[in-house]
Amino acid sequence: MASTVTQRPAGDTLGDREPAVSLDHVSKSFGRAGHANPVLDDISLDVAPGEFVCLLGASGCGKSTLLNLVAGLDRPSSGSITVPGGRAALMFQEHALFPWLTAGKNIELALRLRGLPRTERRAEAERLLELVRLGGAHRKRVHELSGGMRQRVALARALAQDSSVLLMDEPFAALDAITRDVLHEELTRIWAETHVSVLFVTHNVREAVRLAQRVVLLSSRPGRIAREWRIDLPQPRRIESAGVADLSVEITDQLRGEIRRHVQH
Amino acid sequence: MSSTDAITGTGTADSSAKDEAAELGAGLDALETQSVERTPFGRLLLGKALPPLVAVAIVLLLWQGAYAAHIKRPDLLPSPLDVWDSLYNQWLQGTILSTIWTSLSRGMLGFFVSVLIGTPIGLLVARVKPIRAAIGPILSGLQSIPSVAWVPAAIIWFGLSNATIYAVVLLGAGPSIANGLIAGVAQVQPLYLRAGRTLGATGLRGVWFVLLPAAMPGYVAGLKQGWAFAWRSLMAAELIASSPALGLGLGQALENASEVQDMPTVLATIILILLVGVGIDLLLFAPIERRVLRSRGLLVAQR
Repeated sequence: MASTVTQRPAGDTLGDREPAVSLDHVSKSFGRAGHANPVLDDISLDVAPGEFVCLLGASGCGKSTLLNLVAGLDRPSSGSITVPGGRAALMFQEHALFPWLTAGKNIELALRLRGLPRTERRAEAERLLELVRLGGAHRKRVHELSGGMRQRVALARALAQDSSVLLMDEPFAALDAITRDVLHEELTRIWAETHVSVLFVTHNVREAVRLAQRVVLLSSRPGRIAREWRIDLPQPRRIESAGVADLSVEITDQLRGEIRRHVQH
Repeated sequence: MSSTDAITGTGTADSSAKDEAAELGAGLDALETQSVERTPFGRLLLGKALPPLVAVAIVLLLWQGAYAAHIKRPDLLPSPLDVWDSLYNQWLQGTILSTIWTSLSRGMLGFFVSVLIGTPIGLLVARVKPIRAAIGPILSGLQSIPSVAWVPAAIIWFGLSNATIYAVVLLGAGPSIANGLIAGVAQVQPLYLRAGRTLGATGLRGVWFVLLPAAMPGYVAGLKQGWAFAWRSLMAAELIASSPALGLGLGQALENASEVQDMPTVLATIILILLVGVGIDLLLFAPIERRVLRSRGLLVAQR
């Protein structure tokens, strides 16, 4: 790894600890040289161990591309990405559970691919299902579960990788508001219990403020880090609370400003 | 559960708020999940088995009517009862089961060899681009060749032997099985492959744990069609490549009856060929297909 000195983002609390995810001047463009279409431009971002960071941006900011890069599904065009804990777990907007397996077997497959011995898989899958409050759903088929339950099983499967980093790509965007609210509470609880670092991508400002310790606003086309906020409101927060609302207004204004810039150019 | 001792580490949320969240979540789950009840077996049988039986009965009646009206000479158009007598006589002579078994064992063996060869070919064509470009079109073209067309070539190569029969079955069923798998792989959602890769299922593990199970519905459809093609090809081969050296299968039995103008036996044999082909499909492939589809929630709407 090149020994470049990363400029620490303002308000960072890393101290001496090694970051769980480190992006160093990462750029990504698609297409051939000459006609390259830049999607991400010079992104430098560290996520501290156990930190919850939300990446916020309008369409075209390359949020999902960024997660793919961190997950190792794609390579950056330039810059470097370090995930010292090994492969990061990734959760998608669609549950992406395998329909040919039961809920429990989906988790057991993740455990098996992680290398957990057969004898321990069943109990560990049960423990993870209990963690997402779906104890007893082991034998349920994916199509027998509600949308919220599927996302919880997907969360349990992601946690089954036992990675120190959990990447989430708008995981609750397809859910109704009430279910999403409940899952926000569950995620906050599980994050606190597991001490996992979360990099959560969303276009929902309130969701970002509800969940994150730090919100990073990306500009669009190409995606650059525009601004970031530390959220010091105590958890568990409520999405309707005044604190969340106030900060959401501020961030939304900034986000709209970023979007308006595209008219002038 | 051991997860409870981790909860104490948070220290922020009080337990009553947690219980509330749990209850809220459980309530939502209960509201959103609908239970799927299975149709009782008796009604299922009535709904599925009765209509075809009625159709068969109607065909038999029309047939008997045509016989009674003397549309053709009785030796050219025997009555259903004559055909039944022929079947019954074969049963009394004890030849019928061995004839069926000769063909069935050939068909099954040929089919399994086709599966063993067609599956890796299908997988290679589906997953390796240059191979797909090169032999994908040939493979789907092969399906349009009637299997009878292979018989003369196979006889020249292998003579009147079992090898000829198996070669024809393989050429008939192999492409269907491979094409079924190719179609199955093409229908796999890319999301599953991405999810598999993030879980660490790459390379052969990705094929085994994600790609093959995801492609299963298409593959099973291909197997079903492959059996139909295997059975058809076998009959074509047995009809033409008949020799006393080869055991007596249904195809040879048909050819023998035809040579002595024994129309009841010809019809009886055709019915046997139909029954065996359909029987294997119903007893072996239909349950597998239902299982695969039901486990994925793809059969819920169908009653």
